[in-house]
Amino acid sequence: MSDTTQKTAVRPTGVTMSMALPWLIAGAFLLVMPYVFTSNSAITIMNQMAITIIFALSYNMLLGQAGMLSFGHAVYMGVGGFMCVHIMNYVEDYSIPLPLPLLPLFGGLFGLGLATIVGSFSTRRAGTVFAMISLGVGELIAACSIIIVAFFGGEEGVSGDRTMGLPFFGNEFLQQIDVYYLISFWVMLSALLMFLFSRTPVGRMANAVRDNPERAEFLGYSARWVRYYSFCAAGFFAGIAGGLFAISYEILTAENLGLLLSGEILLITFLGGVGFFFGPIIGAIVFTLLQTVLSLQTELWQLYVGALFVATVMFFPGGLAGVLMMHVPAIRLGNAKLLVVPYIKTLIPATIGILAISGFIEILFYSRHAPVGETEMTVFWTDIDTASIVPWIVTVGLALVCFWITKRNAPELVETWHRANAIDGGKA
Amino acid sequence: MTAAALELDGLRKSFGKTEIIRGVNLSIAPGERHAIIGPNGAGKSTLFNLITGRFPNSGGKVSLHGNDLAGKAPFEINRMGLSRSFQITNIFPKMSVFENVRCSLLWSKGYKYSFWTMVSKSQDLTDAADAILEQINLTARRDLPAGVLSYAEQRALEIGITMAGGADVIMLDEPTAGMSHSETDYIVDLIRKVTENKTLIMVEHDMGVVFGLADYISVLVYGEIIATGRPEEVRANPKVQEAYLGAALEEEH
Repeated sequence: MSDTTQKTAVRPTGVTMSMALPWLIAGAFLLVMPYVFTSNSAITIMNQMAITIIFALSYNMLLGQAGMLSFGHAVYMGVGGFMCVHIMNYVEDYSIPLPLPLLPLFGGLFGLGLATIVGSFSTRRAGTVFAMISLGVGELIAACSIIIVAFFGGEEGVSGDRTMGLPFFGNEFLQQIDVYYLISFWVMLSALLMFLFSRTPVGRMANAVRDNPERAEFLGYSARWVRYYSFCAAGFFAGIAGGLFAISYEILTAENLGLLLSGEILLITFLGGVGFFFGPIIGAIVFTLLQTVLSLQTELWQLYVGALFVATVMFFPGGLAGVLMMHVPAIRLGNAKLLVVPYIKTLIPATIGILAISGFIEILFYSRHAPVGETEMTVFWTDIDTASIVPWIVTVGLALVCFWITKRNAPELVETWHRANAIDGGKA
Repeated sequence: MTAAALELDGLRKSFGKTEIIRGVNLSIAPGERHAIIGPNGAGKSTLFNLITGRFPNSGGKVSLHGNDLAGKAPFEINRMGLSRSFQITNIFPKMSVFENVRCSLLWSKGYKYSFWTMVSKSQDLTDAADAILEQINLTARRDLPAGVLSYAEQRALEIGITMAGGADVIMLDEPTAGMSHSETDYIVDLIRKVTENKTLIMVEHDMGVVFGLADYISVLVYGEIIATGRPEEVRANPKVQEAYLGAALEEEH
């Protein structure tokens, strides 16, 4: 039935409601968020999140869309950011009438400029060759940061003052909230442009080249040039993210170019899911939350993020977006409610089990690293004494019991899952 | 006199010291259906790879409509009007069937590397892709990922994306390999349908297919063409019978 409707329906050339809806919701969400989370620190976190979203989406233009694994994408964001801080300073020194909201565009152009140069030799091959060149170039430019001090500012980096630009409708961007709306505008615009890019001929061919570069060549497209254009576009949007970073933090240092950030963006993008356009957005949100909120709770947050990443790679190669989209067939078939009970029966004990293990790790870490004689600590809002054996037994015991329950209930979930995804599902 | 659709002149290829293609001369006229047959290891697929620029040749010359193909990359050769399929199915497995066909249309429809047009906005492109799906009988599979299709359907899709770009010289490398009888019949009909008024060059093992489709047959043995001609001439040629065909025909019965 759906087949016939699809064939007879005249495909609209304009923008349909179903296409625009996610974007409208996202826009409204961005507008409302500062009214929900009003504190300055929350707004700073949201700014960071938005910048990471652009950066991750730009990274996914390489990894997810065009099949290029880059270990040096931070360079394009960094160079765009450094350039923007310099421009900010020029604006201040020479009173150039440049309104601040236009600044990220220059970051984008410099990211693009660097990508056109590096891409000219790095995109000849995908796979290992590309990954190694990206790693080398990343290291090279990161090393330059302490050599070319005039541009990168050496160890202390380059700082600027965003408020010195031409006032934008009377706004001088003194407050974090003003910056928030500036960044929100750019995140919407960049995400939309990146989405549209994936729908253009070169964006479509990027997918083709990712899947099968040789076949693409026999269809008249040079795999290398298709990769090159994707690479340049990714550099452009990374540069925009860098410009926004410069505006938000007013300082860039060698860290913004380094391998650590390049690795982090790979992790974020993969965590969110490379197979769907919105995957990196989820990854950026989740990762920024973990990085900011979880790091306040525990020193070991990177261990948990690392474990989450490994678990994602091993069990859900589609990332968080893949996990979400896995449920679409069941929902379409109207069988989603079948899954609720088995989910509760497996996921709740699993979650408690994981929390119990993390509690155990926290206690272990504390007992090894606390000053001698300090045995009082707080885990999950409970005051405990690490010298007593009780908290050790409770956490281990709870974890074992919970995982046993999970294991016992898991087959039911699997069975229900198959039933929910079968065409004649619920009735059988 | 018009130039041959494809002309090979003393084509050679060595891998290290081993010479695989040992001076092949062949001229294929426009509109001809030409089959290349020969025992396993004769160099048929290598010959295809040399013509289409997948491998560089070690000597000799390939011309397409009179234009020398020396030093051209596969994508350039494709743009000159030569398109090929592969012995091992070579499609875009993660993309939908429709996307596969649409991508194969992009260059010939003049989209090149544009990033300022939306592919979905072009009704012309969508219609052309749907027309090809109709032609290769895959309309019902339109939105499935190509990787989940059955083997025969994937082969049909491969032929679809090979001819979608509007090339006038089509090269098919064992289009019916590994297929059942009914699937073979389906593919043969398909090939006949989609290569009308085009030049077809194919490598094929199935003698039924070869004698059913081809206007001319060349027999390649150890990197050399030992006979070229009409099917009945090739069948009657004692050299061919000795080298290859007799054994193959006996196998069939």
